[in-house]
Amino acid sequence: MIALEPRPEPSRTMAWLSPVIALVITVVVAATLFVALGRDPVAGLRVFLWEPLNGARALSEVALKSTPLVLCALGLALCFRANVWNIGAEGQFLLGAIAGGGLALWFTANQIPIGRWGFFPLAIVAGAAGGMLWAAIVALLRDRFNASEILVSLMLVYVANLLLSWLVFGPWKDPKGFNFPQTMSFASGTNLPRIVTGLRMHWGLVVALVAAVAMWLFVFRTFAGYQLQVGGLAPAAARYAGFSSRRALWTALLASGGLAGVAGAFEAVGPMGQLTPHVSTGYGFTAIIVAFVGRLHPLGCVLGAVLLSMFLIGGELAQSRLGLPSALTGVFQGVLLFSLLACDTLIGHRLRFGTRASAGAAARGVT
Amino acid sequence: MSELALLLAATLSAGTPLAIAGLGVLVNERAGVLNLGAEGMMLIAAVAGFAVAFHTGNDWLAFAAGATAGALAAALFGVLTIWLGTNQYATGLALSLFGGGFSAFVGIGYVGKKLAERPSHAIPGLSDIPFLGTVLFRQHPMVYVVIAAVALTAWVLYRTRTGLVLRAVGESPESAHALGYPVRRIRLLAVMAGGALCGVSGAYLSVVYAPLWVEGMVAGRGWIALALTTFATWRPARVLLGAYLFGGVTMLQLHLQGQGVQVASQLMSMLPYLATIVVLVLISRNPTWIRVNMPASLGKPFHPGH
Repeated sequence: MIALEPRPEPSRTMAWLSPVIALVITVVVAATLFVALGRDPVAGLRVFLWEPLNGARALSEVALKSTPLVLCALGLALCFRANVWNIGAEGQFLLGAIAGGGLALWFTANQIPIGRWGFFPLAIVAGAAGGMLWAAIVALLRDRFNASEILVSLMLVYVANLLLSWLVFGPWKDPKGFNFPQTMSFASGTNLPRIVTGLRMHWGLVVALVAAVAMWLFVFRTFAGYQLQVGGLAPAAARYAGFSSRRALWTALLASGGLAGVAGAFEAVGPMGQLTPHVSTGYGFTAIIVAFVGRLHPLGCVLGAVLLSMFLIGGELAQSRLGLPSALTGVFQGVLLFSLLACDTLIGHRLRFGTRASAGAAARGVT
Repeated sequence: MSELALLLAATLSAGTPLAIAGLGVLVNERAGVLNLGAEGMMLIAAVAGFAVAFHTGNDWLAFAAGATAGALAAALFGVLTIWLGTNQYATGLALSLFGGGFSAFVGIGYVGKKLAERPSHAIPGLSDIPFLGTVLFRQHPMVYVVIAAVALTAWVLYRTRTGLVLRAVGESPESAHALGYPVRRIRLLAVMAGGALCGVSGAYLSVVYAPLWVEGMVAGRGWIALALTTFATWRPARVLLGAYLFGGVTMLQLHLQGQGVQVASQLMSMLPYLATIVVLVLISRNPTWIRVNMPASLGKPFHPGH
């Protein structure tokens, strides 16, 4: 009989080990799944865990996909720390893409000359504004009317998707695009500057890493960040201390929306170079997993983003090379998050093996 | 007139899956457990139901498969949250994300497949009544079953010992525990019952309403069901009413699109989601109203003996 026994205090070792164990479980499940599908598990795992890291081009692709994941996950982690359940980063991402892409389209359509470094800050501002606008709706309705931020932010994802569809099927459709739902390709001056010629990764990566450092400073080195976390962990204590829960709500949502919006703008004027209904491949949702895998810690978010972008690339490779459905990625993401949540139990508890009676006695002895 | 009849008939059909899922969420939440995984459970069940309907041609077997799939997915959530004490928000989200990926993966072979010709559900004689015949008597039997299910749920909740214990577990698990009720087991059963109902709803979507399987086809109805339960202040009859209201909004926008109203279809399609937000705002603006009706320990974990 296995019993759970509460630890006297949370284990710091387990807090770091738990994501590793979760990853091991996911790998075991993945290998089993490959065998069940009649495939060589080694070849399958290779595609997810090795190929994405093999060579400069592959690493550039990991960096490319990590950029939006880091940006979205940083904001979500801040929200979750503040006990604000914003799960609509996908919608905020799309609004950022619409704003950043719309601006690039305006420059393109009016043939206004602009250099890549000139447009770069404009893309950031536009994206942040778009994402913040979408998140502000959530904050406003939560603040003024007490409406659940979970449901409002999620409903706004569907609205944002439809808004983007409407734009690319309607007013923003490329007149010379053979009726495809897409805008015209943006002028090259509006594209994000690349870090290395010939590789797709762009300077947005650096912005994401700077944002991670800034987030670390805010959360762990400022009083506002401290207030926000207390509000999340112990709302009653925060109220007693006079910390404003409204300010925490607005800060978390606006920061989160802004970061997701910047990610969206980068995607539109970076690798896409135009707007289509498929600007996002679910980055906003994947980022939720990144935030949890990263322990809601800025550095963890960066590591988690690298891991999850390997999964995303692995799914694409599994489809093109092994003829397996790319939906495998979604399965593995889910398994990873479930195992992580289960393993997190071990932070506050330890496993006791033995008979039911002795385990019970041991638990009583401790508590 | 006949157009109105068709619109009302479609409203009942569109409201039915929302009502079933809403009931599931309600049973869950009445026991004090918040399961944000409704969308994921519905997706998994939609695939399971579609597969069974495809191979057997029997709707009821498909609903049973959906219920089983939903209950199993819910059990996973239940064991994690109730026994391992994981965060209910995070675990529910995980279930929704996992359900999306898993259903897409399992369902790949069924994309683009058509179900065998459905038998007509018209009730001989009654279906020929003008107007009412179209609205009421040409519906899939599940449309009537859900109304009975709402009545049954209300009766069990308010008129039986089982319902009393369930509500006690949701209001004050400590008291229920002190009285000797196995709180965690009751919660797990409630979660699985909720999952089964969400499962039937998912299967109804893929087998009767659509009827087809495509990735992500639940299209947020799981989340709308969660909103619906808040809107209904956790009362079964109001869940049904709310479901028809949402069904009506969905159908009205489709109807207007069909009438060639000069508004882009994408903008019209936003209506059900915007309506959900508006309804949430209207119902949530009075905090006392919510506090009086909400199960007192909703979303709070319970550890006996800690």
